[in-house]
Parts: sequence; C-alpha cells; structure tokens
Amino acid sequence: MNIIGPDALVFGVDDLAACRQYLIDYGLKDVGGGRFEALDGTAVVIHPKDDPTLPPDLGTASQLRETVYGVADAATLEAIEAELRRDREVTRRDGVLRCTDDMGFALAFQVSVRRPITLAAETVNAPGAAPQRGPNAIGVTPDMPAVPRSLSHVVYFVPDVAKAEAFYTRLGFVCTDRFTGVGPFLRPAGTLDHHTLFMIETPPFMKGVEHFTFHMGGPTEVMLAGTRFVEKGYQSFWGPGRHLYGSNWFWYFNSPLGCHVEYDADMDLHDHTWAARETGMGADASQAFLFQYREKWAPSGGPPPEGAPSAAKP
Amino acid sequence: MRLCHLDDLPDGDSRGFDPRASGRDTVIIVRQGPALYGWLNACPHHGTPMAWRKHAYLNAARDRIVCGAHGAQFEINTGRCTLGPCLGQALTQLPLTIDDRGEVHLAAMLPEETHP
Repeated sequence: MNIIGPDALVFGVDDLAACRQYLIDYGLKDVGGGRFEALDGTAVVIHPKDDPTLPPDLGTASQLRETVYGVADAATLEAIEAELRRDREVTRRDGVLRCTDDMGFALAFQVSVRRPITLAAETVNAPGAAPQRGPNAIGVTPDMPAVPRSLSHVVYFVPDVAKAEAFYTRLGFVCTDRFTGVGPFLRPAGTLDHHTLFMIETPPFMKGVEHFTFHMGGPTEVMLAGTRFVEKGYQSFWGPGRHLYGSNWFWYFNSPLGCHVEYDADMDLHDHTWAARETGMGADASQAFLFQYREKWAPSGGPPPEGAPSAAKP
Repeated sequence: MRLCHLDDLPDGDSRGFDPRASGRDTVIIVRQGPALYGWLNACPHHGTPMAWRKHAYLNAARDRIVCGAHGAQFEINTGRCTLGPCLGQALTQLPLTIDDRGEVHLAAMLPEETHP
C-alpha cells in the first residue's frame, strides 16, 4: 500500500494562543483554520481541546487527536479501506478514510496534499570530492532561511508495541531498525525515508505522542533554526546531535503541545534490500554525538575579558 | 540565596530562576496572591527542565504546572502529578522565605542539578 507518510498531525490543545505563536516561531506558516504548514503543505493543525469535531482524546496528557496519512492515489485508499474493513469501522467522507489503530490512535488517510518542492540540499565541499558549492557560492550567512520543508515523522508512546506494530504491518509499513524491548522504526511503502513512525512501549497512562519533526535542508539549517528558537526563549530538550539509526541530525524542544517538537535533517534512505538492525536502547545507541546550545562567543587578540578562564600555560 | 523581590513575581503566573548561573533555570516560583510555591525545575519523568519557553510553566487556566516535555500536569500547591508520564509522583519542593523587605530567598541549598 502506497502510503507516503504523515500529511498532518491534528491536536486539541489547552493553550491555543501559546501553540499558535510556538508553531509560527518554529517556522511553520499560519494558513488559517488552525493549520500551520511547512513548505510542501504538510502541516500541524491545532484546535481547542473541547472542539466537538475532533476525535476523542486518548485519556492521557497527550493532546494529539489525529494522524493524517497522505497516500499516493485513490487505489491506495481503496486498498486501505478493504484491509481495515475486515475488522473495524471505517468511515469515508470527502475522500478521507477514518478509523482508529489497535492502540486507539485516530487515523485518517487521504490522497496526499503534499506539493512538489524543488530546493537545493545543503552543500559540502571536501578534499577528494567534486565541489558541491562552486567558487564564490557562500555556505552560511546570518540571515539565510531555515524553514521546515516537510513533516518527517511522529513518535508514539504505546502500551503494546507488538500489537501496534502488527497493525501498521498490515498497511505495508516495514521495520527498518529496532530498539530491543522499546519499539520499531517503521517505513511505509511510499517513501524511502528511514522512518515516518517510531513507537516506544510505555505504561498505558503515558499513551500519546512523544514528538514530531519536520525535515530541514541540512544540518546547518537544523543548527540555525534551533539557535534562533533558543534565542526567542524556547527551551531546548535534547540536542543538537545526530542519531545513529536513521543518521538524522536532531534538535528537540519542549512545547505547549504536550510533546517534544524537533528539527531534523539528512535522514538515511532504505529500500527492500535493507536488513533491519537491532540493539538495546541507551545513550550510545541513540546518537553518534550530542552537543548543547551555548551563547555565541569569540576569542579576541587582547587580554581575556574579566571573568573569562585564563589561557592554558605552555 | 536571594532569587528576586516579591514585586518581580506576577500574581497568578510563574517565573524561572537560575541562582547558580548554570545556564538554565533550576527553580520555579508560582505566585498565587500572597502565597509563593517554589519547585525544582525537574520533571519526575526524566529529571529535565519543564518550561516550553522562558517562564512558561502553567496551563491556560493558570491552575496547573505543566511540563513542556510530555504535558504532565502538577498541582501548584502540592506538586503532585495528576496526569502524564509521572502520574502519582511529585515535584521536589524548594522552601522559600520572604523577608520584611519583600526579598524572596531559597531557604535551603539547591539539590544537585540533573541533566537530560
């Protein structure tokens, strides 16, 4: 089944004004109706938590109310509907299929609203390789844009990861890598991205969304967007760093949406020839390296400023 | 250890403080009228900081402390988690003193910092 990935995540939030400002400052575009879009039209949608048009909440602190998947075509929708009608209620209205997964997460499926985007990836020059940036092309400037391009993935806390994974396997998701006793990274058939869904097994009272993230144009954009976000007063949670499984650069932030919100870039691609890896979860398995934000600083030629650590003596 | 003056604390809202200049706020104060509640800025779930933005620790109704990591909710006066990943656990209370000039102090040493 040709599912491409998440088109949108729909939240029912406690503090609508805070979430609105947060998503704008994160870099999404307010297009009205509570919809905040990345460059390709994928989006986060926020409504007041008591909006009666939303699917029910999960009964936990999670504010995620629906995950909307984009699929390649109408034939894929037909195939999903036929598969899911075998054991659950499926509604179909205005071209959108709706159901709940085996953990109770509300899902929607639609022919994807993603717009094709044509943008350069971050370029790198290195000895031994042909230049990716030619003479006089500048790599980084203080005011260069760093804008979310596309909704990458969502991570769920689920109470029964084996049962949850089995459901998505029915829809054509495959496991690309796995943390033992924690959960699988899942890739649907319509993308080569390492994962669009990762699940972490937790007690039932934690059920919900752990984080979501949008792809940026490269690691420099992750660093720039994250630095600008910190400078606006937002709270870094984890990062910047680079994951091992997926190789994606990451920077996670706290949010008023009841979950972490991440910038990510440069994820590995996989196809059907890939054999999933598996390892225990832990700090070394989670990242190749990890850094932490600090205020900008520069050395000077003069004596050290008052309070600065003294230079090492030869 | 002095944190601020009472007048620096808006009624019905929260403020974060970094008394050891560690680079991140480690102390939360919530003011409700004459009452001040001091809490360690460490969610019992991971021990990580809870604001989603500088000073932003409360829900929209301003009647719960909320963790910006996974939305855990805490009673302002008891620190008890009523919903979220650390359900049934509680924030670490930091006793505060207010002197006759309105200066707000931490009454005890800060517990050792935690890191994500």
